Amino acid sequence: MLQPTPALLDTIRRVETPEGVELSLRVAGPVARALAWGADSLIKYGALWGLLMALAVLDQGGFGLWLIALFLTEWFYPALFEVYAGGATPGKKALGLKVIHADGTPVDWPAALIRNLLRAADFLPVFYGFGLTAMLCNRDFQRLGDLAAGTVVIYRDPPAAPPRVPPGPALPPPFPMSPAEQQLLIDFAERSLTLNPARQVELAELLADATRLHGITGVERLRAHARWLVGDHA
Amino acid sequence: MKQRRFERRHAADWQAFAARLDRLEHGAAPRNAAQPAPLPVAELPAAYRQLCQQLAIARSRRYGRSLLARLNQLALRAYQQLYRGPQRRWQAVLRFLTADFPQRVRADAGLFWVCAALFYLPLLGMGLAVHQAPELIHSLLSPESVADLEAMYAPGKTAADRDAASDLAMFGYYIYNNIGLGFRTFAGGVLLGIGSAFMLVLNGVFIGAASGYLTARGFIETFYTFIAGHGAFELTGIVLAGVAGLKLGWAVVAPGRSSRVESLRQAASGGVRLILGVAALLVLAAFIEAFWSSNRTIPADIKYAAGAIGWLLVSLYLTRAGRRAP
Repeated sequence: MLQPTPALLDTIRRVETPEGVELSLRVAGPVARALAWGADSLIKYGALWGLLMALAVLDQGGFGLWLIALFLTEWFYPALFEVYAGGATPGKKALGLKVIHADGTPVDWPAALIRNLLRAADFLPVFYGFGLTAMLCNRDFQRLGDLAAGTVVIYRDPPAAPPRVPPGPALPPPFPMSPAEQQLLIDFAERSLTLNPARQVELAELLADATRLHGITGVERLRAHARWLVGDHA
Repeated sequence: MKQRRFERRHAADWQAFAARLDRLEHGAAPRNAAQPAPLPVAELPAAYRQLCQQLAIARSRRYGRSLLARLNQLALRAYQQLYRGPQRRWQAVLRFLTADFPQRVRADAGLFWVCAALFYLPLLGMGLAVHQAPELIHSLLSPESVADLEAMYAPGKTAADRDAASDLAMFGYYIYNNIGLGFRTFAGGVLLGIGSAFMLVLNGVFIGAASGYLTARGFIETFYTFIAGHGAFELTGIVLAGVAGLKLGWAVVAPGRSSRVESLRQAASGGVRLILGVAALLVLAAFIEAFWSSNRTIPADIKYAAGAIGWLLVSLYLTRAGRRAP
């Protein structure tokens, strides 16, 4: 028979709200964040280069203004976007990431400043060495700045919803199923549409003892049970 | 209740709910005419609690994962709209500068003296050593840097050597360099305080060496009239950046009864406020340094007097400001 799903090794962080319901956040790992950082660097230094060209007409004084712009960009560019643009710098936005407090609330100024000032420590000894080490040592991928600020970087949107099971016959399962088993069957029916036929059959074969059907007919039978379980047989 | 019936029953509510969240997140209404009318804002909290309940029901009935993900996302977005911190106002900035910042410095008086020792002892030691044996400067600086240093403070230059444009350039440089150093001193604190202590000692050694060398070379008036004006603000700023950093380090080394991460988080929340005050002090120092200290037409006596007033103001500010309830 089917086993209830064990606790999965995943990157979901659960947060309990005052309303007593748990929300799940999908924490982003080092690779997505490094890409976002790269995109931000291109934007920042591109803009600074343009500004340098424009301020060149002002000679020495222009260079002074540019140094101030360089200072502000280096230390406050991410914090500004994280507070005023929904928790995401343009780079993070492009990668679908955002920064929030570890309790799920939006970042405020103190937290955004802490995580971005401490970036200087994360960057040490070379190229985010300490930051990466810290990220790999805790399950929410927090670098030192995130740990001190109490923030996490998450994916803004849930993964694309799978297609709905196409209409067809609905059949009650041959025996009563536990809620966990029902969920597993529905998940299979929804996800099966994104798998190739050989893989669909391979997975359905695991239940061949229960359905006594093989090949694609087994898959179809499981989909019919799933339709019945979600209530698609109206 | 079957999943599809549950979905059909609440679909309209969820759509109106999502439309309201879209408006709150993006400000204006999207142009998409097909969108349903959004939920009135006043009904959002109640609708959010209802959604939380629906999410809990859907979970306990083990409905499909795609439905759960959808409800989770709606609840998360509403949660982030409802539970955001209060918006800061200019009043808060003013209150921070006139009361909160000096109060925080006084609360960490012990750390302040530790940092002052870490900075001023190497400064004095190195200053005296280089004053006795000026060739020691070459153990720290390259011959070119020493030549630059001498050229900067050599007597006999006139006010015409620096115009307004170069003052502005130097202002930009002091902002970029000095405040950047302050921020790095703070950030280094998270590495068990080692980074902050290192930066304090390093700054002390270099400033001491330069002062000792220029004094030994006899550039006394040009050098001390230059640093008198902004010294109080800049040196105090450096020490306070160390305080903010060592606060983080100490929280990790000796977290007391909380976990190290929790203790670090609490210290960082105080530390970031200290470092913001430091940034304000250093902006003031950079302004004085670029536009007042560099002006050689001002008589030396006035510059020394201004320097003394600076120290008096800083000590009064840090010891007295914010003692009375507003």
